[in-house]
Amino acid sequence: MTTMIGTSVPRREDERLLTGRGRYLDDLDLPDALAAAFLRSSNAHARILQIDLSAARELPGVIAVFSGADLAEIQKPLAPKVLHPQLKDFPRLPMPPGELHYVGEPVAVVIAETRYIAEDALELIDVDYEVLPAVASTAAALEPGGPLAHSDAESNVAVLLTQSAGNTAEALRTAPNRLSEEFFVMRGGGHSMEPRAVAARYEPATGQLTIWDTTQSPHYARQQLSVIYEMAEDDIRVIAPPDVGGGFGPKAQFYGEEVVIPWVAKKLRRPVKWVEDRQENFVSAMMERSQTHRIEVGFDDDGMLLAVKDVIEHDQGAYCAGLQVPSITTATVPGPYRIPNIEIELRACYTNMVPTSSVRGAGRPQAVFAMERMMDRVAEHLGLDPAEVRFRNLIQADEFPYKVGITFRDGSPLTYDSGDFPRLLEGTLDRLGYAEARAEQAKLRAEGRYIGIGIAAYVEGCGLGPYEGAKVRLTNTGRVLVTLAAAGQGQGYETVYAQIASDGLGIDMDHIDVLTGDTSRIPFGQGTFASRITATAGPAVLDAAQQMRVRLVDTAANLLGCDPAEITFTGDRASLNGDLEKSLSLLEIARVANIGKHGITLPVGISAGLETSSYFAPERAAYASGAHAAMVEVDPETGGIEILKYVIGHDCGNVINPKLVDGQVLGGFAHGLGNAMYEEAAYDAEGQPQATSYLDYSLVSAAEVPTVELFHIHSPSPLNPLGVKGAGEGGTIPAPATIANAVEDALRPLGARVNRAPVTPARIVEAIHGDEQALAEVRGS
Amino acid sequence: MPDVDTGHRITGTVNGAAYDEVVDDRMTLADFLREKLRLTGTHLGCEHGVCGACTVIVDGAASRSCLMLAVQADGTEIETVEVLAEDGELNRLQAAFKKNHALQCGFCTSGFLMSVTAAMREGAIRDEGHAREVLSGNICRCTGYTGLVKAVLEAGE
Amino acid sequence: MKPGQFTYHAPRELGEALELLQEFGDEAKVLAGGQSLMPMLNFRLARVDHLVDINRLGGRLGEPRFDAGTITIPALVRQRQLERSEETARVLPVLTEALRQVAHPQIRNRGTICGSLAHADPAAELPSVLSVLDATFTLVSARGTRTVAAADFFLFHLTTVLEPDEILLEVSVRRPPPNQFSAFREFATRRGDFALAGVAALCEVDGDGVVTECRIAAAGVAPVPQRLRAVEGLVTGSRLGETSASEIADAARAEVEPTSDIHASATYRSRLTGVLVNRALVDIRTKQEAAHA
Repeated sequence: MTTMIGTSVPRREDERLLTGRGRYLDDLDLPDALAAAFLRSSNAHARILQIDLSAARELPGVIAVFSGADLAEIQKPLAPKVLHPQLKDFPRLPMPPGELHYVGEPVAVVIAETRYIAEDALELIDVDYEVLPAVASTAAALEPGGPLAHSDAESNVAVLLTQSAGNTAEALRTAPNRLSEEFFVMRGGGHSMEPRAVAARYEPATGQLTIWDTTQSPHYARQQLSVIYEMAEDDIRVIAPPDVGGGFGPKAQFYGEEVVIPWVAKKLRRPVKWVEDRQENFVSAMMERSQTHRIEVGFDDDGMLLAVKDVIEHDQGAYCAGLQVPSITTATVPGPYRIPNIEIELRACYTNMVPTSSVRGAGRPQAVFAMERMMDRVAEHLGLDPAEVRFRNLIQADEFPYKVGITFRDGSPLTYDSGDFPRLLEGTLDRLGYAEARAEQAKLRAEGRYIGIGIAAYVEGCGLGPYEGAKVRLTNTGRVLVTLAAAGQGQGYETVYAQIASDGLGIDMDHIDVLTGDTSRIPFGQGTFASRITATAGPAVLDAAQQMRVRLVDTAANLLGCDPAEITFTGDRASLNGDLEKSLSLLEIARVANIGKHGITLPVGISAGLETSSYFAPERAAYASGAHAAMVEVDPETGGIEILKYVIGHDCGNVINPKLVDGQVLGGFAHGLGNAMYEEAAYDAEGQPQATSYLDYSLVSAAEVPTVELFHIHSPSPLNPLGVKGAGEGGTIPAPATIANAVEDALRPLGARVNRAPVTPARIVEAIHGDEQALAEVRGS
Repeated sequence: MPDVDTGHRITGTVNGAAYDEVVDDRMTLADFLREKLRLTGTHLGCEHGVCGACTVIVDGAASRSCLMLAVQADGTEIETVEVLAEDGELNRLQAAFKKNHALQCGFCTSGFLMSVTAAMREGAIRDEGHAREVLSGNICRCTGYTGLVKAVLEAGE
Repeated sequence: MKPGQFTYHAPRELGEALELLQEFGDEAKVLAGGQSLMPMLNFRLARVDHLVDINRLGGRLGEPRFDAGTITIPALVRQRQLERSEETARVLPVLTEALRQVAHPQIRNRGTICGSLAHADPAAELPSVLSVLDATFTLVSARGTRTVAAADFFLFHLTTVLEPDEILLEVSVRRPPPNQFSAFREFATRRGDFALAGVAALCEVDGDGVVTECRIAAAGVAPVPQRLRAVEGLVTGSRLGETSASEIADAARAEVEPTSDIHASATYRSRLTGVLVNRALVDIRTKQEAAHA
């Protein structure tokens, strides 16, 4: 049998998805399910003085209406994921009965016969608000004496942290050259094409709740619900449906709606379904990115970095869903460069906007933006080639494991496990045709055209702990069933984990099925986030499959009366050295070891119950890496950017299914391009969201995304037996930095600065006209 | 539960099969297909006509089913993603999607298939630029469009 | 995002439709292509008690008429239908050019020309194009028929002279003379988005290449399609290219009063208008030169 790992096996999922037979949450048959709709706060910061639900309750077709106060028993805090002892936390309640902290926060829920009627009823709810002053930016949040996002707070600060290595202050003081700048990266959303959804059914006979949830983390959701409902974990079954229409981070978080809907289903003894619509998604699904970086870099005359100091203002939004994003940011700033002295200061603060948490890239694009913009500035300052400055500072291939000197989000010392950064950057520049591109740039610049080249390199901590698990079982129909706790949102788990299991078992994929995301099928799990599943569930599947092979071989050898070493598999038959006359099918093996004969003793030497399981807990995060390069042309009159060429070099260690890895990287790139040029979840000064439809919030289409040349190198991770790393976010992370670098490079003759992502046409033109004189001079020359 | 005192009887065909149903005035075509006919391959991604996940073909024209009322479909011929496979096999376009990894989560896929199907009936897909234009009325958040462009070029030549 | 309750009417005759509109007045809204109205209903930004669907009013309203002196686009002509019409591309190329930039084919398949005009989004393409074409708008109600010039039709953002009981029955333009050249330019952040600014321009030139008539209208920079009279004045009476681009750009910028929003500042939009006017005029000059080559 050929090895499945490393093969571009076509996806098993595709057939049903291409024929309209996918089973997304809203497609599931839930007879008699009622529809839910949430009334959401229309104010960024307000107190509910009075709420009148009577007219809504009287509307024909309405079954029930609850305010937060009506569901007092479940108004318990939704815990932040990553904590810190100094974190000033404010309870995020499922549906707060008192003070509200962002536009979109749930205020009341209507349960009705149809979603149409439920929405009618929302219009009949009368809320009397006391409107409070709102905070709509980190600058406003940190302004002394400014308004407070939570009225009982002393300040808007969530946490102030500093990480450092070496003596940064001294190194900066004595550095021959110093440059500093302020950069801002804008808020954006996940925008999975399927919004969030939750449905639930209560079984009075067993006291059990079955919950269908589009979550990326069913076991995490069950754990939270178990605590809030004070129910045993076994009485709560959370199922992520077989098909979930994208995740990208926001669906990995846990929300008030996930608490309210099952509880209401239990109260009403009726199935209830809530499908978030896009309008709700814009104001209630968690977002990310908004950060301000004030970065200072000290370097010598050769462009060697001596010290980096970065002060980061991070917008937690209205509540702290965890410190995962800012702590990833702080650890990502150094990137692939040797930096002897580093100091990173985090100022995370509360605002009256949708809470923030991971969105594809998760804190990394911001860090890479700050660092890589500065690498270009260093080169500019010294009159050096920006690629050369990077090469001089890159960590070399023989320096792994490389200790950076600060701590990663998982609590371990920030250590890069493997990689070859110079080769990645070199390969990227070769494919761009870097030298030719520079020559072309010079030639066209003389003709008055604005061509720019942008480069960005990054590292990505991925494959985080604590663990992920898998079970492998020979079913009573003679098929091998692999069960994962992890839930997929389009990554192709049914295919990828069958490939891994196939290699572990030495049995053809055709006889292997994969099931995911159902807490009743496997007891423990964490979830799909932070590009972690291949590096955690992958090794678990491999190990459980290898264990199963031993069990199957032992059983077959025992029944065939031979040595286990003599057993081979052909199709679903275990045979004595390939002799099918002396063979057993998997079904026959299941009949003996699993089904058995009621009341009859097992044959001697047979172990009952062909099931194995494995949990893999990585020692620490693995580090994927990559480099992007772009060549763009900017129209200085309109501010339009045309991407002429784009190259991605990517290293996620060994790959299981190359085609699917390419898909992850290219999809991530499109998201990154959105962050680089288009997506802005803008709020006004009162905290009112300004982009709440796809007319105001632009997602890239096929017309905006250029053709990308993608290549891989493979530096296996020593941290897991597959040697794999994460691939889901690498396309996203350096794209804003790459585009911004290219645009500023294009505009260099005009002296225009790009200090903000996304870089939009209007801002480009404004940056140019900040220096009208320069434009006139260039034109005249 | 129907709205008060209304309801329109509508007849027509979906994927060649005749239907005869009573719908509320305000029910959208998308909800009609999904809820009444249980053709759940048509998805709702934005309900304001931008994402394209709900695209179906109405009397030959690719249309957003979230921006049409069910009652407006009275007397029309509608095609949805469920009609594309031929004798249980993926058709040429679907097979090209699979081959080129033009889908990941699959939520937007039906809309893409219907948009491209309508475009291919208007003529061959000339080149990459044309393929991108044909695809530009639908949003995919997973793939970055590379596989979609390849699939359309392959199936549309 | 489900629409609120309304009563749906599908009249089969124009008279019936007009009676319904007269009966319900303010409480009614006309549904044509629905590509602007339906999103507003789904968002519950628009509320109607009665929706009068004119899509079943019959074939006559669905076909453009290319007569000797005028071209008429009745209420049910779909944007895509006109975009793909060879006759339109020949006689009204500026309309074809602009239609290609309206949203996406799936929207244009249902969206109508008249519906877009009656919706009167100032950032939309068609109002500015029909403005430079000096179109005549025919409004009909149970009270009778009246015609309104393009310059008088648009009042404000999403507001026209249409009374609640009126339908925009058709819009007509004079068949352009052979010496007329036109262009449409817009700049949008993303393909199919509303433009940050757009410019429709049209010139008639005499045998010496001197512009004898010029009409330019900008989209997205005022509450209505904004005719740029000063620029028209600058261009008229000389050959294209004779007036300096910066003079034209300055004049254009002085004439518009855009507002700032999350996508662009007012300053950017007025600058962009100047840029697009010049580019449209260059397009026109190129076409004129090609015609005389």
